[in-house]
Amino acid sequence: MIKEKAAQLLREGKVARVLGWEAGEFAYDLTPAYFETEEELKNLVYNEYSGANLSKYLIAASKMEGVTLALLKPCDTLSFNQLLNEHRINREKVYVLGVGCKGMKDQNGELLLKCKCCKGKEFKAFDEVIDDEECRNVPESDRFEEVRRIEAMSAEERFAFWRNELSKCIRCNACRNVCPACSCIKCVFDNPKSGVAAKANTDDFEENMFHIIRAYHVAGRCTDCGECSRVCPQGIPLHLLNRKFIKDINELYGEYQAGEDPEARGPLTNYTQGDAEPSVVRERSGE
Amino acid sequence: MMMLKLSMERVGELFSAIANQQALYLPIESADQVNFEKWSEGRKVRLDVLKTVKSGKDLFFPQSENLVAFKMEGKSIEIIQQELSQEKFVLMGVRPCDAKSFEILDKVFLAEPQDSYYAARRANGTVIAMACGNPEETCFCKNFGIDAADPVGDVAIWIHEGNLYWKSQTEKGEALTQSVKSLFSEAQEAEIDAFKAGIREKIEQLPFSHLDLSSFTPDQLNEKFNSPQWKKLSQSCLGCGSCTFVCPTCQCYDIRDYDTGHGIQRYRCWDSCMYSDFTMMAHGTNRPTQLERFRQRFMHKLIYFPSNNDGMYSCVGCGRCVAKCPIHMNIVKVIKALGGESK
Repeated sequence: MIKEKAAQLLREGKVARVLGWEAGEFAYDLTPAYFETEEELKNLVYNEYSGANLSKYLIAASKMEGVTLALLKPCDTLSFNQLLNEHRINREKVYVLGVGCKGMKDQNGELLLKCKCCKGKEFKAFDEVIDDEECRNVPESDRFEEVRRIEAMSAEERFAFWRNELSKCIRCNACRNVCPACSCIKCVFDNPKSGVAAKANTDDFEENMFHIIRAYHVAGRCTDCGECSRVCPQGIPLHLLNRKFIKDINELYGEYQAGEDPEARGPLTNYTQGDAEPSVVRERSGE
Repeated sequence: MMMLKLSMERVGELFSAIANQQALYLPIESADQVNFEKWSEGRKVRLDVLKTVKSGKDLFFPQSENLVAFKMEGKSIEIIQQELSQEKFVLMGVRPCDAKSFEILDKVFLAEPQDSYYAARRANGTVIAMACGNPEETCFCKNFGIDAADPVGDVAIWIHEGNLYWKSQTEKGEALTQSVKSLFSEAQEAEIDAFKAGIREKIEQLPFSHLDLSSFTPDQLNEKFNSPQWKKLSQSCLGCGSCTFVCPTCQCYDIRDYDTGHGIQRYRCWDSCMYSDFTMMAHGTNRPTQLERFRQRFMHKLIYFPSNNDGMYSCVGCGRCVAKCPIHMNIVKVIKALGGESK
């Protein structure tokens, strides 16, 4: 049905290309791809291995000739909206075909981490939707459970936990490059004039700072799409850093979901008199 | 050189015996991931895991290492040479593909002028290569003349039916063998014949074991370089360095100066041709889009490297990129798209 719809829109000239997933060598190794003809569309696949969030590709697609039809899952539309909010995507250049999702799997056939805490099956942006009843079941979950476990640790335990995890980092930048919130044209860590550019630091701890700085930079804009943890070759649970920020923002500024509303002013970029005072840091540290 | 064996129940004694003489690096599990790390009592050794996340190349070519330092005082500059690594070590449990990668790295680093940092580590290291009882569907070492049943290293080992079989293959390996020989009992080659045959049979059946590389020859350089396929292949590449950093044969590095406040520490670190600032020069960059960067990686492995090294490809078919690429693009897909369908 998705293929038929895409073919029809291509035929009618309403879209110039389709952004979806291409079949691989195995069942699970789908690759994001553009399809420009009905012939090419034969290789389009949408199944339980279409976990990749395609929203970020639309920054580049916005600059291409004509309209791009993008297959977006419900959670992907949050990233899409957030990018609209940041003026990174030209809405006119994208035709969003919302595609229903029953949870995505990794190459071992296990539910992706991000799908274990599904953020809902509602499409926050779409031109058209193809889904069914079964796609609308949202499994029960508590995405802050793990965050609370880490918060409950002593400062030493928490430090040890993160050192242990972050020291695995090989600085491949997969987390950064896949992240829809990381859309800087030139990342500060790639800019030799920034003074902090580094491909691999000589100091372990500076290396670890990379992730913390990145988490700060995407705070309030991260939709919790979970791509960072999905792509990390070393299995670092990077999403936990982001969820900690999300949890804190919810507690200090009120419930907020980045990407829910493309016009929203984010809690960290919008002043209100009820905002937390800087002293909250000391209060929360329990000193 | 004789085949020896040791019950796997006593393998801890072997680790201790080696570690008493020199540093021992093994596939060790830490925070749920298995990589080559220094062994000590109590660490969780995982010789059963087929692929460490990173290969063992770090031991010879670390991700980051100091090269030289400069100390400034007034108008004088003192040059402080970095001491070469002195650590004698054993790298144990290297798979046949990774063991072969050292031969490829040698071609780069030990050719004149020799890279003394790499050469020192290579001279100090003894490699114990291990056969693969359970190759995976992402493996394709057979295409590169590697026999997963008969690993090539200073020492070769096989783990079969609760025993570790051990056979030294070089002088270095023999020296190590002599120092731990008392732990072992003698064994017959024939005891593992069926095990080896079983491995070869499994390898034969793997989906990527019969790629057709016949068109990847130096004379095809222009044809491959100008292939219209690159656009499609590279279109969704994220430009991250996962493939290059988990790759056992990728050997590009960057050299940078770190300002210590009272001098300069010059170091080198792995670089990736997938990065936008790779080989950046004052005039800008010579590879402006991801298409050129992506193409470079595969042209290097499949055309340029063999052109300069008697036909030796700089891929060993370990399949890490197949498993780790965030978008599931990899060298197998590239080979197939460029005319290398399975035979």
